[in-house]
Amino acid sequence: MSLIKFNNWAAGEGANPLVPHTAELIVGFIAFSLLFLVLRSKVVPMFEKAFAARTEAIQGGMEKAERAQLEAERALTQYTTQLNEARGEAQKIREDARAQGAAIIEDLRAKAAEEAARITAAATAAIEAERQQAVTALRNEVGALATELAGKIVGEALDDQVRQSRIVDRFIADLEKSK
Amino acid sequence: MGVYLASEDGFKPPSTADFNLPPVFGDNPFTTKPVFLAFFSVILISVFFILSARKAAIVPSKFQFAGESIYSFVRNDLARDVIGHEFMRFVPYLFTLFTFILTNNLFGIIPFLQFPTMSRVSFPYVLALFTFVIFHYVAIKHKGLIAYLKEIMFMPGVPKPVYILLTPIEIATYFLVRPLTLSLRLFANMFAGHLLLLVFILGGEHLLQGVIGLKLVSPFAFAFGIALTFFEFMVQCLQAYIFTLLTALYIAGALADEH
Repeated sequence: MSLIKFNNWAAGEGANPLVPHTAELIVGFIAFSLLFLVLRSKVVPMFEKAFAARTEAIQGGMEKAERAQLEAERALTQYTTQLNEARGEAQKIREDARAQGAAIIEDLRAKAAEEAARITAAATAAIEAERQQAVTALRNEVGALATELAGKIVGEALDDQVRQSRIVDRFIADLEKSK
Repeated sequence: MGVYLASEDGFKPPSTADFNLPPVFGDNPFTTKPVFLAFFSVILISVFFILSARKAAIVPSKFQFAGESIYSFVRNDLARDVIGHEFMRFVPYLFTLFTFILTNNLFGIIPFLQFPTMSRVSFPYVLALFTFVIFHYVAIKHKGLIAYLKEIMFMPGVPKPVYILLTPIEIATYFLVRPLTLSLRLFANMFAGHLLLLVFILGGEHLLQGVIGLKLVSPFAFAFGIALTFFEFMVQCLQAYIFTLLTALYIAGALADEH
């Protein structure tokens, strides 16, 4: 018994709907195979291409963003380092200036003190010299005056130069002692 | 029944004979409506998807997005999620299967076409045969013929006496039940759905020709026919999905190393 009937529409109402039709089997096979070949060669690769391109575009964008972020971070680090360096340098310069200022002041002070000392010393020396001069002058004058006076008083001339000067010296020493 | 007697020649309810459409040209069996519809679907699907995929743009147009949505549904939700990392090899087949079945099912409710190609059992048979050959071929290639047959006949981890029962069941499952249920599920759903629509539409038409009382009832028949059309739309989409999903599951089983 042949299950596959060619003209089973002719059989009308009695036709078993579960019995396949040879022509339709062939058509189904051809139509489906044809569609398969078309979709496989023309449609699937194109959609896959679009999907791949899309994935790549998204991934590329993400990579680009990541790169930009890294770059930004690097720049930030660089700037921070530079800023810190500059700050340190400024600090150093300030300290140097302060130290230099202090040194200058110290130097000037020392110079002034030295000058003052020098002036004082010169003045002291001058005073001493003048005093010495005055003392010498005074001694001579006082001696002469005193001798003259004494001579006048004693009435006898003390010509002896040696004696005269000895007396004067003693007199002055007494004078200084009593002072 | 008296209702039918109201009409002149009586109501002849739609039957399986309504699916045996005669050839358009003479006696040539390649010129029936289902044959034309099958080829028409091939042209329709090809043109739609070729135009949709032609540009393959990163930012898709609405048209490309429409085609892409269907493609990525089959690719991601059916192939990838079910089969796993080797899914790409089977995407073209599953995609063809889904679009072919869906389009031919939808022909059942598209005005003027109004015939689901899959209600002709030959087409589901062919599709089930493809799936049958593919999943067995994949399994034999992946596991080797002997190991595959052994796995079917002697499922591991089962007590030996159970094989008396299990082995015939497993053999029947793999070589008979799977292809038969696959094809008959699709066929029967389309067949029954079309028959149901015929009953309500032709019935409504017939009532319209009856006496005034029957004329008043006929809009309800038509309304129900329209409601059923929406229901049919759901069934048609669902059946295309189920056929493709089961095919993907069988392929996944063929690639799985252990039961």
